[in-house]
Amino acid sequence: MHRIRFIAQKEFYHIMRDFRSLLIVIIMPVMMIFLYGYAINMDIENVTLAIVDLDHSLESRQLTERFYRSPYFSRPDAEPDLNDPDRLLRSGRAAAILYLPVGFGRALTRGEDFELGMTVDGSDANLAAAVQAYSNGVLFEFLMDRLPPDFDIPGVRISQQVLYNPDLKSSHFLVPGLVAIVLMLISALMTSITIAREKESGTMEQLLTTPVKPREVLIGKLLPYVVIAFFDGILVLLFARLVFGVPFVGSHLLLLFFGLIYVTTALSIGILVSSLVSTLREATMLAQLSTLLPSVMLSGFIFAIKNMPFVLQALSHLVAARYFVVIIRGIMLKEAGFSVLIPQAAALILLMLALMTIAATKFSTRVS
Amino acid sequence: MIVPAPAHTHAVETEQLSRLFGSFTAVDRVSLRVNYGEIFGFLGANGAGKTTAIRMLCGLLMPSSGSGRVAGFDVYRQSELIKRHIGYMSQKFSLYPDLTGRENLDFYGAAYGLGNTALRARIDELTERLELGQFIHQLAGKLPVGWRQRLALAAAILHRPRILFLDEPTGGVDPVFRRKFWGLLYELAESGVAIFVTTHYMDEAEYCGRLSIMHRGGIIEQGRPFELKKKHATASLEDLFVNLILSREAERA
Repeated sequence: MHRIRFIAQKEFYHIMRDFRSLLIVIIMPVMMIFLYGYAINMDIENVTLAIVDLDHSLESRQLTERFYRSPYFSRPDAEPDLNDPDRLLRSGRAAAILYLPVGFGRALTRGEDFELGMTVDGSDANLAAAVQAYSNGVLFEFLMDRLPPDFDIPGVRISQQVLYNPDLKSSHFLVPGLVAIVLMLISALMTSITIAREKESGTMEQLLTTPVKPREVLIGKLLPYVVIAFFDGILVLLFARLVFGVPFVGSHLLLLFFGLIYVTTALSIGILVSSLVSTLREATMLAQLSTLLPSVMLSGFIFAIKNMPFVLQALSHLVAARYFVVIIRGIMLKEAGFSVLIPQAAALILLMLALMTIAATKFSTRVS
Repeated sequence: MIVPAPAHTHAVETEQLSRLFGSFTAVDRVSLRVNYGEIFGFLGANGAGKTTAIRMLCGLLMPSSGSGRVAGFDVYRQSELIKRHIGYMSQKFSLYPDLTGRENLDFYGAAYGLGNTALRARIDELTERLELGQFIHQLAGKLPVGWRQRLALAAAILHRPRILFLDEPTGGVDPVFRRKFWGLLYELAESGVAIFVTTHYMDEAEYCGRLSIMHRGGIIEQGRPFELKKKHATASLEDLFVNLILSREAERA
């Protein structure tokens, strides 16, 4: 115990005195939260919409007002030039232009058919599709409100109810997955790097000429990273809650349980990577290739696995983050209990056991 | 905790000890004996197999064949016990550069299982004896080479090992420092420590009580420096070394 404590303490010194590891351990998770929470925002909010009102009627002004009052649209910082309105789209100062032609107000009061014009910047296809749908929505609401209160429109409407993420916020979808990425980063990437660094500098050899047991070296070196991983995990969850309002409806204890399994899996990968390489550079490359990249790309964190080609789908079964992303989203957003997470839990535990066994046999007292 | 070494044995004893890497023989049937209180030198060019031999004796590398005992313990099966009785200093500076000298010593003290009080006293003692002074509070990576090596020596002898393995300990150090370093080694030897040192500096080889000259993994000559010079009728060890290697190479051709 005494030795493990000293090894862990030494490892903390390494982390605290190395600018780069501090950066990875503390700054990176925070940066990632803001990156994935704000920058990679798949929500439609405050889309700049220019409205060219040629009608100048009471109704056209009301509709304009209506658009800008909705949270989805905002005014561009420049008025459209009537000779070349599309300039706003080309310069990126507006995402769409809505035309209210002469006669709109009159047609509305008389109840005649009328067509409005809209040009949308299609270079961002997701945004364009959303702008169409949202502007139809605003228009529809506007028209509904003009109907007399007792007026009944016949017909069928879908009463849509979105569960678990009612506002369809992408931060709710991304940030829980981010915990999976951050845990993997700290537990696998950092540990493989720290072991490889000691191998490269010769300090591991020096250490192994002392009576310290390999198991003590491993536990002592890995312990600080487990602590940091959980600290970072909590940091991400805290930001998720306070900054992005991501709910946490499930069991904290259950998440902690799965977090431990996941971190152990990641640590095993880290040890395995470090045992396959002899330099820091190799460790960094191999660790990124085997942990960070698959965890981001093949876990369903951003990209849906079911839309991937067959080979990548098959490969994704070996990615621990794939299971943890489902687990953490389930627990945080859907209050999923253990019973519904059994398939993921079983896969994750199996993966952990396999990797632990291989890693343990690879790390031995003798350097070679 | 401390298992006493079997009495009345040599510090190091090997018989036909060999190590192969694939088809390459790094160490070729090396047989030697080192006594306690003796400075035993391993002289050889780079790649002669000195480091590989030392690493087998320290329990860092499994031998391929032959036998070996260090502090009376078997190199195949008892490397854990060997490690309690040896100190090791590699040719590369292998303390933690981002820790201070003191922190490094504290760490290795814990690794050797020394208690806090005993360790503190020992560090104070070594700081004075190795004249580490204020250097002990600086980051090890920032120390001048000579001080680094003294610090590494301090770490290697913290736990009062009975056998000290030094792999080219004075590489890149100026002659004054090197002389002082050897002064410390003599003191250690006088207190009964067996010192096993590799070198390719001829002046260092002169300091050794006994010398093995290594070439292509094998020992080609062994004896006291002055006896060897007399036997081969050469004025310097350097001439002796060069002549031996050249004649060996001529035989191979």
